[in-house]
Amino acid sequence: MSLPIGSQIQSSSQSAQSQTASGLSTTSHAHGVLQGYDPARLFCEMLRPGQPPHPSLTLLMSRLAALPIESLRRRSADAERDLLERGITFTVYSDATAIDRILPFDLIPRVITPPEWQQIETGVIQRVRALNMFLYDIYHDRKILADGIVPRELVLGNAGYCQAMVGFDVPFNTYVHVCGTDIVRDETGAFRVLEDNARTPSGVAYVVENRHMTLRVMPDLIAGLRVRGVDEYGLRLHNAMAEIAPAGVLNPQVVVLSPGIFNSAYFEHVFLAREMGIPLVEGRDLTVEDGRVWMRTTAGLAPVHTIYRRIGDDFLDPDVFNPDSMLGVRGLIEAWRRGTVAIANAVGTGVADDKAVYAYMPRIIRYYLSEEPILPNVDTRICSEPDALAYTLEHLHELVVKPVAESGGYGLLIGPHATKAELAEFREKLKRDPSNYISQPTLKLSVSPTLCEDGVRPRHVDLRPFAVTGRDTWVLPGGLTRVALREGSLVVNSSQGGGSKDTWVLE
Amino acid sequence: MSETVYKAHLIARHAESNLWLARYMERIENLARLLDVTNTFARDADDTRNWLSILRINGDLEEFYKRHPEANQANVGHFYLLDAGNSSSVQTAIAAARENARTLRALISTEMWLQINVFYSHIRGLSAADLTPDHFTPVCAMLKEGTQAHTGITEGTFYRDQAWHFYMMGRYLERADQTTRLLDTRFHALAPRIAAADEEINAGQWNTILRAAAGYHAYRREHPNGYKAREVAGFLLGNGSFPRSVGLNLQQIEWHLTELRSRYNLRGASAALERLDQLTATLTQESLARVVEQRLSPFLDWLQREIGGLHGDIVEGFTTHPNLIGG
Repeated sequence: MSLPIGSQIQSSSQSAQSQTASGLSTTSHAHGVLQGYDPARLFCEMLRPGQPPHPSLTLLMSRLAALPIESLRRRSADAERDLLERGITFTVYSDATAIDRILPFDLIPRVITPPEWQQIETGVIQRVRALNMFLYDIYHDRKILADGIVPRELVLGNAGYCQAMVGFDVPFNTYVHVCGTDIVRDETGAFRVLEDNARTPSGVAYVVENRHMTLRVMPDLIAGLRVRGVDEYGLRLHNAMAEIAPAGVLNPQVVVLSPGIFNSAYFEHVFLAREMGIPLVEGRDLTVEDGRVWMRTTAGLAPVHTIYRRIGDDFLDPDVFNPDSMLGVRGLIEAWRRGTVAIANAVGTGVADDKAVYAYMPRIIRYYLSEEPILPNVDTRICSEPDALAYTLEHLHELVVKPVAESGGYGLLIGPHATKAELAEFREKLKRDPSNYISQPTLKLSVSPTLCEDGVRPRHVDLRPFAVTGRDTWVLPGGLTRVALREGSLVVNSSQGGGSKDTWVLE
Repeated sequence: MSETVYKAHLIARHAESNLWLARYMERIENLARLLDVTNTFARDADDTRNWLSILRINGDLEEFYKRHPEANQANVGHFYLLDAGNSSSVQTAIAAARENARTLRALISTEMWLQINVFYSHIRGLSAADLTPDHFTPVCAMLKEGTQAHTGITEGTFYRDQAWHFYMMGRYLERADQTTRLLDTRFHALAPRIAAADEEINAGQWNTILRAAAGYHAYRREHPNGYKAREVAGFLLGNGSFPRSVGLNLQQIEWHLTELRSRYNLRGASAALERLDQLTATLTQESLARVVEQRLSPFLDWLQREIGGLHGDIVEGFTTHPNLIGG
């Protein structure tokens, strides 16, 4: 995932307001590590211009300001070593070598106040409801297509649309059991959803591990502050997985299905299995006999009732999808269709988190729930629409243009940062295949104080809360805050110089 | 203590990984002991023969001579401590141990994983500078301490359900195997001279064997009057109190198999238990006395094959049967 760049155009009233706020902050914290910290016109998650003070936040800032920078650096080095030793790493493969990399941890937390969390939580729940209703609809009656709210071709012709799901019912009509909603904040402090991750969103392990890290290396920062806990995730997820298990099973056997130890997110798979207290299996540990899924144990074949899978649709079952897949389980989809096993997330959710479908999410929410989106989208133009394409081509230098099929921040154009040659080249690509692109205005993303080489500096952040849905939806308080560590960078992806922060939801 | 009924299933593949994790860690310790003892106590006139014996234990003579012209401390040290391309080096063993630990990361304790992960980077960081005579012993000590820390952490933190039983069997299998190899190589190495009787082996060589197995002082306590081949062999093969004797390790395996059968209701132990019955019958004092009267070497070869067979029985018995359980 990637964040678009801030707009160069700024209304004078906004900048005046922001400058006042940051001016205040520099006078009240003009010592310690916050000395010289100046977010200028950007919305700062800690100083929060124009918002009422929160006592915990005030205390946090004075504790932070009292810390010598040397102490922060030492702790930061401790944290880095700790992550490597604990193997809280992702594996990067280049040529024949495998390197274990850490997601850099910035030890200054990102803070969310109770009213902000209230909006995020209700907004995420609303969005997950709409996503599930949308998925049910497009795999059943297709009313939303018939009513012309979302173009038929966009859905039915989408690579993420799964024929095997047509007419198939899932428990509680829940398709997206785990959802990661990427949220940013613009220069006015308004939250906006950047994208939905409804397939196999990752990162939740870092939410919990980052908290543990704070408790280890910054105990004096968090001591006595009322911060919402994050340790419930495994239990909540396990309960949801048990809820969706086939009816009549008393103690359902849940497993985490991983591609294996060479997968870059393997640490998270370990984390999930450990937190849920269930086996971490690979495709080769499972088999389908008599239309049911079994796992190979030391006692023989034992029944499996729910599979929390962390492998993509295409690799799940060589009978139905990619016939070359070595990661999946032959016959799994057939067993699922018979109702003898539950799979989370459901197959075919990719159509709902598609970047082009994303543009329709506000309309999708209004259509099914008759409610306004609690968390608005970033204004998005769908380049397959002629007007949108014309606008995008005309304003290319000030827009972010993203290919709809890519992830990881690859293949996108950040207009204000591009050279003339890059713009010209991209213009041709866009004209050749407009339906592959969406465009968005560049946002001035919010920042959070971050330990950098030259001191504590403002760096852009986003937020990915995790929602777990069985019968109902529960949102883990907080989420993964990613931070773009390079000055001015808006790309928070771990593969491109991003780090992460502990996220504190205050009580 | 009330009998706990264990309900959690163990994935068959994870059972096997537990065996291997323990074996590889144990292998590093054994190798470190052997290198250290050879370096320290075996510096007699026939230096080459002493370094060769390590290569024999591991069946590595051919591989070694493909890479090095001469068996000496520097070359054998390089072969076992640095050479990641050598399948019996500590580099290979720690990589394999770590890969198994990674597979088992959701099952083993976080402390176990952390220590293995850190130990792995220490071993990966070894270089030629660590093999000079003045560094050799400290490196061996680092390896021994790393594996002993692992053993201690495992003892104190590994939850004792099925996975632990398989882990422990791996450790005992490796110890039993290493002890037979240790004994075997000495008899082999000296074979031309002892065609008549094993008794001829001199005190210095028995010292080395016993020290490599961490059994020197215990042996002295049991047999203060000196060395007899029969007694050394009896000690290493059949002693019921010596942690690295073959007999003691097989006895421990039997206990774990019985636990898996009675507490977990697992039916895969039969072949392994049957083989153990036959094996332990050969390791009684009387039986050993008869064997040692003849040549020991063929018996040790047989014992090694049987220990390998036992590993196979355990894997086969617990990881391949297709019966459906529960519903």
